Amino acid sequence: MQSVDRPSLSLLTAFGRQFRRHGQALMASLADVANPLLFFFMVVTLFPLGLGPDPQQLASMAPGILWVVALLASLMVSARMFASDFEDGSLEQMALAPHPLSVLALGEVAAHWLATGCLLALVSPLFAMMLGLPPQGLGVLVLSLLLGTLCLTLIGAVGSALTVSIRRGGLLLSLLIIPLNVPVLIFGSAAVTEAVMGRDPSTWLTLMGALAAGMLALAPLAVGAALRISLDS
Amino acid sequence: MQGMWAFIHKLGSPPWFFGFSGTLVRWLLPVTVLLLAVGAYWGLLVAPPDFRQGNSYRIIYIHVPAAVVALAGYYVMAIAGAISLIWRIKMADVAMRAAAPVGAVLTAVALVTGAIWGKPTWGAWWVWDARITSMLILLFLYLGVVALFEAYENKTAAAKACAVLTLVGTVNIPIIYKSVDWWYSLHQPASLKFTGESAIDASMLYPLLVMIGAFYLLFAMSMLLNMRAELLWQHRNAHWLRQRLDVS
Amino acid sequence: MYFESLAAAWHMDGHGGYVWMAYALTTIAVVLMVWLPLARFRRHLRWVSADQLRQDGDSQL
Repeated sequence: MQSVDRPSLSLLTAFGRQFRRHGQALMASLADVANPLLFFFMVVTLFPLGLGPDPQQLASMAPGILWVVALLASLMVSARMFASDFEDGSLEQMALAPHPLSVLALGEVAAHWLATGCLLALVSPLFAMMLGLPPQGLGVLVLSLLLGTLCLTLIGAVGSALTVSIRRGGLLLSLLIIPLNVPVLIFGSAAVTEAVMGRDPSTWLTLMGALAAGMLALAPLAVGAALRISLDS
Repeated sequence: MQGMWAFIHKLGSPPWFFGFSGTLVRWLLPVTVLLLAVGAYWGLLVAPPDFRQGNSYRIIYIHVPAAVVALAGYYVMAIAGAISLIWRIKMADVAMRAAAPVGAVLTAVALVTGAIWGKPTWGAWWVWDARITSMLILLFLYLGVVALFEAYENKTAAAKACAVLTLVGTVNIPIIYKSVDWWYSLHQPASLKFTGESAIDASMLYPLLVMIGAFYLLFAMSMLLNMRAELLWQHRNAHWLRQRLDVS
Repeated sequence: MYFESLAAAWHMDGHGGYVWMAYALTTIAVVLMVWLPLARFRRHLRWVSADQLRQDGDSQL
């Protein structure tokens, strides 16, 4: 809360505040950080159990499997993105602040991405080895997941903002954003597949980068609008 | 120009729209039915069979129009949503909600007819080719809008949320279609093309155009009927409505 | 008509089952697209008429 005679915060400071606040909240709660990784770990294990342990088959499917599981993990964490703020009223405070809601929300999204998607991308080589992904694909896997989880988190933020006021909105959120996640999945898994085959993955990575840039520019606007709608409902 | 703005302004007025749409629908229904019948007869019984696919290709006369109009319908929904968000015109809300189920049904028709077409042509009820996969994602997008609307209790907020979702979807549709295209060509050898582009003969093109036109009219009519039912309920206690209904 | 007889049109060189099934399903969808909103409209109309009668009845008390 600000008193009238105090100079108002600059936009960057306000952004930084949101970022730090949510970053700290996420770091404090081990569950919020560890659960997505555990989910990733366990679901990756389901695939050999379902498909059979044949290493060649698993290796050929590894890019797709890893990417689908990353997408599912991203869906799971997106549901919680604005939930705690909505429940304790801080979302309303953010909406009343003099700064654009889209930028403040972006601070939250950024903290969220670093603690979930980014972390997942960096840890992914471990799970890739479990599926027998050839080593030449590992670097591209990490890079594609870094860019990709950024896209997925931004899209997830839009979905979360739209469904935060709905009880049990988690499943609805998945329904809403899975179609929007398809290009990310296609670009990401294609990049890794190309790298594994020894071909050049740069086209796919560039496309992914362009997607990330576009979403960074547009998604916050949608998130801001959706948050206001959810607050009004 | 002045006249056009006046017309658009009138469209936003429920009493005016109610009367206008009533007359329009009365005229549109026989025209649509006629056009559908002519197109279907032409495509089913008059046009010659395809050189490679034989008679099963005749499904194209419903599959392609349904697919084309389903995609266009999403844009209609998006434009209505945008108008509703930007200028806060309630009629645009009604239009957006009216378009959604019509588009969803047409997408489903396109998918089902596509599957039925696939069986005699490629031996399987479902093939993951670029066009059908894109259509499937379009169906998910439509169903998402419907689900979101149902989930909100406050229907004014629901309409705004759906408008935002539809706009987000609209921006993504070209990206989705393109990425599915590239996905398909990445994973399929170039020689195996399920839906190949081949020059279409005039005798087959004309009935197709007729059917596309018929499906556009069908979309418009179904959307207008949905809007009329919705408006009737929204304004059921309004004086102008009671008067109009007692008179007719 | 392209086909020599109605039987030939029905059979369509073996593809008739698929073609006619597709057209039949689409016809059902088209009919529903028109009939369901019309039925909803008429249902609402009946409610309005009944409500009007109720109001007229109340005003005469």
